[in-house]
Amino acid sequence: MTDPIAGRAGGPSLRQRRQRAAFWFLAPMLFALLCVAAWPLARTIWFSLTNTTLSNLYGGEWIGFDNYLSMRTLSSGRVVWRGTLVDPAWWNAVWNTVRFSLISVGFETVLGLIVALVLNAEFRGRALVRAAILIPWAIPTIVSAKMWAWMLNDQFGILNDILLRLGLIGEKIAWTASTETAMTAVLIVDIWKTTPFMALLILAGLQMVPRDIYEAARIDGVHPVRVFFRVTLPLIKPALMVAVIFRMLDALRIFDLIYVLTPNSAATKTMSVISRENMIDFDKFAYGAAQSTLLFAIIAVFVSAYIWLGRVDLGGEGSK
Amino acid sequence: MTRHKLLKRIAFYALVAVIVVFSVFPFYYAVVTSFASGTALFRVNYLPAGFDLRNYQAVLGSKNFLYSIGNSLLIATATVGLSLFLGVTASYALARVRFRGRGLLLMTILAVSMFPQIAVLAGLFELVRFLGIFNTHWAMILSYTIFTLPFTVWVLTTFMRDLPVEIEEAAIVDGASPWIIITRVFLPLLWPAMVTTGLLAFIGAWNEFLFALTFTSTESMRTVPVAIGLLSGASEQEIPWGPIMAASVIVTVPLIVLVLIFQRKIVAGLTAGGVKG
Repeated sequence: MTDPIAGRAGGPSLRQRRQRAAFWFLAPMLFALLCVAAWPLARTIWFSLTNTTLSNLYGGEWIGFDNYLSMRTLSSGRVVWRGTLVDPAWWNAVWNTVRFSLISVGFETVLGLIVALVLNAEFRGRALVRAAILIPWAIPTIVSAKMWAWMLNDQFGILNDILLRLGLIGEKIAWTASTETAMTAVLIVDIWKTTPFMALLILAGLQMVPRDIYEAARIDGVHPVRVFFRVTLPLIKPALMVAVIFRMLDALRIFDLIYVLTPNSAATKTMSVISRENMIDFDKFAYGAAQSTLLFAIIAVFVSAYIWLGRVDLGGEGSK
Repeated sequence: MTRHKLLKRIAFYALVAVIVVFSVFPFYYAVVTSFASGTALFRVNYLPAGFDLRNYQAVLGSKNFLYSIGNSLLIATATVGLSLFLGVTASYALARVRFRGRGLLLMTILAVSMFPQIAVLAGLFELVRFLGIFNTHWAMILSYTIFTLPFTVWVLTTFMRDLPVEIEEAAIVDGASPWIIITRVFLPLLWPAMVTTGLLAFIGAWNEFLFALTFTSTESMRTVPVAIGLLSGASEQEIPWGPIMAASVIVTVPLIVLVLIFQRKIVAGLTAGGVKG
């Protein structure tokens, strides 16, 4: 945006006045963010370097990086490693989180793309379909977790009933309780819940593609599949990338669905779940803080890579 | 050729049908279950099996659930109000005034909205304890600001950037101060954007679980998601599915109605938050 105002009426003094006003307009918001984001984050990192416990928040002592990794040599000469980085439970959570994020975002992208393509076509009842796909998005995560927990119930669940009737399974499956299927259950619910969001973001990208391109391709007799891969996909790639990154960041920090759908299952415990568990439930406050700091670091690296790679025009100053 | 076309059409509508059924069925099934009690609950019913209101009576008869609805309404409204108030002035500055570091500031705000909430949990827990607001509404109002405020600022900034310069110029020529420009010139134009942002922030605050779970300790202070999430029986076999489904339907229906009414605005707001970046 250019600033034609400054030069025209009153010269630089008006611009200065506007900038001063801007500062005072921004100050309350910045102060609020400082209080709820920057300060707590700094304190979390600080706690991760101490041995603070939940019952005694101010009694922690500085122990350096021992929550992350420490080495001690016993008198017998044996070397003992301790800390999150050698904790199998932590690495299990990392693996669960990565697996969950990649699979769920992968499915959501493909399904979201299909739904978006359908919604981008002209047909009767389109408004109705768009309204229908908004329903999973509008339902609170906890509620959808409970709804699906009931549908996935081993004894009385409708999903087992359907699959049995269709002859796809031989006996009832304990979806959420069994370690083999717990992750599948979580993935089903997450994909159901967030594909609409993905579809809407992709649809917004699709609607920016000029219709004449399709028209031209049709007249030239190009096969629709070819048009999709050669024309549509490259054109919506920016919108698609943004949607994927947003979902990825969301998936990496998942907590509520897993906490409610498969409580205490090692097969689904993610980084957020294990951090909170240590922090609040196991009275290993500092240890949990170290784990959440690690998660923050992973996401921070991911975000900077995205901003750097995508060179996204965040300030809206592309013309400059 | 026409037969080929017909087949294509049928396939397309079949796909549409699958999408609709897959989206709507779980909620439909929750509604069906919420009206079943006793032994009817433990038969798999594909169609409504009756109209038994006992589950609803059980849920609405419990004081704590009513408290939860009140808590959630109060907290979400206060959070949205606070975020909009702080967000409007801030986004005016970010969208309309040129100053050094503006791009960096916007980027920081976007980064905060992508924050994993768990990363601030320990620090916020200490802050909440320090301020003496543990297990009060304030704990949630304060902590929800971390995701509603950046979102509000970001979306309002994109909306405000699209408003024509001429309006503001005219006001400046008339000698209006920035505060007057915001309250008298931009605010009336921003209402639609504020409704959208407010609604999305409200849904976010209404659905939040992690902070509400951690910062409350008594049943009467719980928000709706925590109340539903922790509603359980004495054992695995005694989970009160009927009342859980009734509670789910009660808290979801208003949201669905809101979302369907404001469909277009919500889609616009979501994409402004995402794609326009």
